[in-house]
Amino acid sequence: MFEILQYKFIQNAIIASFFGGAGCGIIGVWIIMTRIPFVGVAMSHAAFAGAIFGLLFQVNPLLMAIIFSLISAALIGPVAERTDLDPNVSLGIIFSVLLGIAFLGMGLLKGPKTEALNFIWGNILLLSRGDLKLLIIIVLSIFLFLILLFKEIQAILFNREIARAVGIPEKAIFYAMIFLSGMTVALSLNTIGGLLIFSLIINPPSAAYQLTYNLKTMFFLSAFFGVCSCMLGLLFSYIFNIPSGAVIIIVSSVIFGLSFIFSPKRRVKQYESS
Amino acid sequence: MNQIVELKDVTVSYRENVALKNISLNIEKGSFVAVIGPNGAGKTTLLTAINGIGNILSGSVKVFGLDINSRIRREIGYVPQSLSIDPRSPISVRDVVMIGRSSKIGLFRYPNRKDIRIIESAIELVGIKELSHRPVGHLSCGEQQKVALARALAQQPDIMLLDEPTSNLDLRSQKEIIDLIDKIYQEKELTIIFVTHILSHIPASCREVIFMKRGCIIWSGGVDKALNEKLLSDLYDCPIKEIKKEYV
Ligand SMILES: Nc1ncnc2c1ncn2[C@@H]1O[C@H](COP(=O)(O)OP(=O)(O)OP(=O)(O)O)[C@@H](O)[C@H]1O
Ligand SMILES: [Mg+2]
Repeated sequence: MFEILQYKFIQNAIIASFFGGAGCGIIGVWIIMTRIPFVGVAMSHAAFAGAIFGLLFQVNPLLMAIIFSLISAALIGPVAERTDLDPNVSLGIIFSVLLGIAFLGMGLLKGPKTEALNFIWGNILLLSRGDLKLLIIIVLSIFLFLILLFKEIQAILFNREIARAVGIPEKAIFYAMIFLSGMTVALSLNTIGGLLIFSLIINPPSAAYQLTYNLKTMFFLSAFFGVCSCMLGLLFSYIFNIPSGAVIIIVSSVIFGLSFIFSPKRRVKQYESS
Repeated sequence: MNQIVELKDVTVSYRENVALKNISLNIEKGSFVAVIGPNGAGKTTLLTAINGIGNILSGSVKVFGLDINSRIRREIGYVPQSLSIDPRSPISVRDVVMIGRSSKIGLFRYPNRKDIRIIESAIELVGIKELSHRPVGHLSCGEQQKVALARALAQQPDIMLLDEPTSNLDLRSQKEIIDLIDKIYQEKELTIIFVTHILSHIPASCREVIFMKRGCIIWSGGVDKALNEKLLSDLYDCPIKEIKKEYV
């Protein structure tokens, strides 16, 4: 079965799985730790709506996906800062509006909708060399950003107010995190699909969260789980000839389930009197 | 002359709640000020107006004669009244103390040996050495309060804003932490603003007191004059007797 590795599109798919999985794993930790999981949903649906409108107006769907998710990132930052409204509620509203817009775009599309449907559940074969390069650049910037600003990111994930109070330029870094998240989501649209990518952002870090009390380990495990989900998903989808996005989500959910079951955080120390 | 903190006509409101009403306040470099007042008086709001994490509706706040920015916040240590920390948070006590140091270390840098020494000594000073590897969410309120103090100490600030730093501590820790604050004040020539409800917790070197009520500063002056039954009765709207003489 190794002869399939010679095909360009298979190589592309493997590279995309690696970088997409690791990137989603890392931004997932940011999203989980700031306790606004709806950021992930809102952003992925913005990218999805953007891609649909790209098809509708015959502009490059990826470009439109990026533009839409950056606009949503620009909205999400201030929304997450409001204290008078639970950010998950306002993000939930943004998310449903975006989904509405996406389906409106779908409705307006003429002719067969296969291309649009691909953005729902992803089709790794749609990935172009250019998209792939962009994905690699963004994910490498995420790695660099994380390594160079680890202590600031740790402070922000602990508590944004404290981070600001000690004199960390918290706002700039937080917005950079949202920007990088938006780009990663938009660029993973082809591989996983707009409706499914949310679970790839949430499942790996949630699994990692079950297993460790150390943030560095959590980042590492989450990226690792993300890569595993994508790679295994790709493999199973090839073997059984089923959509890759769906398998990726199932694998990542199984990883989460296993981590939950074996989580040391659920263990209770027994008191032994001697 | 040496005004380290200057508030001019500061008003802060949370939607329809006005928490600070046109407050003006000057604090001299090196002073140790206690802020006292009933619940909801605006004490916490005053501290967040000084370090700029609260939103000011009108008026101006200057620290070191400048508008607040992140460079200035590095020099202000803040111990909040309370923080709710998720018990599953993947962050250890040591990492939290390190947050205090991080802005001093600077962007794109990792802590060097000197920073590590400062972090370790802050941990030791507040007496949380045995806890330093525990996840911070697993600590009790009092233990978390000590962690917050260690974080502020690791910052080696010029100004400390302490919001009821002894409210959750046990008897022995109360005394130790108050003595520690006193000692640091004398050694480091800090400026300290200390909010408390418990008059006996005002450290010995504190010489000035501010009384706050319903968003206003109603009185300020020396400690000796402040612990006066009439003033305190007015402040709390109820007769207050038996002020412990040893603290007057
Ligand atoms: N997040 C908020 N939203 C709305 N109102 C608020 C908020 N925080 C404080 N307030 C209001 O502002 C006023 C001042 O609050 P503040 O927290 O400064 O009081 P405090 O003096 O620190 O009280 P305490 O002794 O209970 O700590 C109160 O009347 C309170 O109701
Ligand atoms: Mg308060």
